[in-house]
Amino acid sequence: MTPTIEVAGLGKTYGSERVLHRLDLSVDGGVLALLGPNGAGKTTLVSILTTLVRPDSGTARVLGHDVVREAAAVRRLVRVTGQSSSLDELLTGRENLVLLGRLLGLGRRARGRADELLERLDLTTAGGRSVRSYSGGMRRRIDLAASLIAPAGVLFLDEPTTGLDPSSRARVWEDVRALATAGTTVLLTTQTLDEAEALADRITVLHHGRIVADGTADELTALVGGQTVVLLDASGSVIGRSETDGTPASVARALTALDREHLASGDGEGTRIELRSPTLDDAFTAITTSRPREEVAA
Amino acid sequence: MSTATLHTPRQPAHEQSPAARTAGSSPLASSGIFIGRSLLHSVRDGEGLIMAIALPVILMLLFTTVFGGAIQGDGGYIDYVVPGIILICAGFGAASTAVSVSRDMTAGAMLRYRTMPIIAATAIVGHVVASVVRNLIATAIVIGVGLLIGFRPTADALGWLGALGIVTLWILAVTAVFALIGLVAGSPEAANGYGFLILFLPYVSSAFVPIATMPEWLHGVAQHQPVTPIIETIRGLLMGGETRALEAVLWCAGILLVAAVLAAWRFPRTRVR
Repeated sequence: MTPTIEVAGLGKTYGSERVLHRLDLSVDGGVLALLGPNGAGKTTLVSILTTLVRPDSGTARVLGHDVVREAAAVRRLVRVTGQSSSLDELLTGRENLVLLGRLLGLGRRARGRADELLERLDLTTAGGRSVRSYSGGMRRRIDLAASLIAPAGVLFLDEPTTGLDPSSRARVWEDVRALATAGTTVLLTTQTLDEAEALADRITVLHHGRIVADGTADELTALVGGQTVVLLDASGSVIGRSETDGTPASVARALTALDREHLASGDGEGTRIELRSPTLDDAFTAITTSRPREEVAA
Repeated sequence: MSTATLHTPRQPAHEQSPAARTAGSSPLASSGIFIGRSLLHSVRDGEGLIMAIALPVILMLLFTTVFGGAIQGDGGYIDYVVPGIILICAGFGAASTAVSVSRDMTAGAMLRYRTMPIIAATAIVGHVVASVVRNLIATAIVIGVGLLIGFRPTADALGWLGALGIVTLWILAVTAVFALIGLVAGSPEAANGYGFLILFLPYVSSAFVPIATMPEWLHGVAQHQPVTPIIETIRGLLMGGETRALEAVLWCAGILLVAAVLAAWRFPRTRVR
């Protein structure tokens, strides 16, 4: 079976800056989040997979087609919504969709398809207005809709919600979820964990051009291991914490330690304890602050 | 926040790939689509369109009524100056091509076109063809106003056709240069600035005053720069008299060729990241 995306030993250098270090990745359907801070190499990877940038080494295939040697075939399959708006400011949202639909070869069907799409995404009113008048959130949603005007093999979304207010972000999330349920393979990049957790089946953490972790949100969280016993005061704020490795004996030791520090000193009124599992945030911090595992000379 | 709701079973994408492939457009088809887009831009950008027509008309009125008396008191100056005004008009109208091309290159639009199954450069063909159409309309209006205020060409149909041909070729050449500027410029604003340099060319030519009246050190430049033979040819064809048609055509074709080759070289090298 051909994986949707298959990357092997992919490397890219800009000047003296090595952006991707011999990356290996295989995606087979579903929603994959590429998670990483600014400069991790997320956009470069997306650019290579969508034929915009040539890799220096290694290979990348989309549905079996090499992105360099078979770029034309790849362009028939991929659709991208990048970080900067691709919309034509002088046209309306609907005209933008029709233009792209016609360029993709829909011909006369482009108009009907644009109307249908705008209605499905609840954007019909906005579609009739000039893109110039759009808010950031509206711009992003129409840009996303532009990627859906014709069927796609893989959809790439480069930081689809960066810079959006919470309600626009929620709308974009809804759009992406609807796509995922419809069976479109989506590769999205994001800087935020909650976005990766909310949308993706699988999360690949990219850091300084290397993949440092890969798995479901639960698997990544489990990487951090232990649980923490926290002591809360009456108002619910944390007044003490003690790390454990999750075993009953260590939890008991942690409780004893907290008891000695706080309860014995007389401020026990209304306090309670909680056993907390690590969050994805903790996992991310732990992963990205540790040294990359394969630190070898290239 | 829970991830559980998202784990719906899906079919792998490659099993539905026949439906997921898009045909894209042939270079001819995408050029047509992009020409339509650029023409729609011209209509939408009403202010730009009005300026592209109004400025040359104002310039013509200025030269014929305000300066005309001083330059040539007998009122015959209009027959001399209109061919030059037509060229200036072409320059004004073509300048916006640099801005349109730069806007496509610096915003995300070109990035999207480059990931699509089309020849992305045909977007620039769209801007160039729309500019030629726009400028021919503006030229027609300028000639119309000229006729209203006393421009009296003596040309027959063949002369008009020849003049129109040269004007079209000049518009195409200037537009190609502006498209190249749009490709090279870092921003639409910068593209706009560079464009002004080219607009000064007609002033140091025989467009407004005969070269013989200029200081001697300017004669060489004025005589041999591209605008002069083109203007002389248009003037000769419309008013009778000597033309420098071969020189004019060669200049236009040469400029067009150089701009096209440089643009074709530059386009794939534009930085994307």
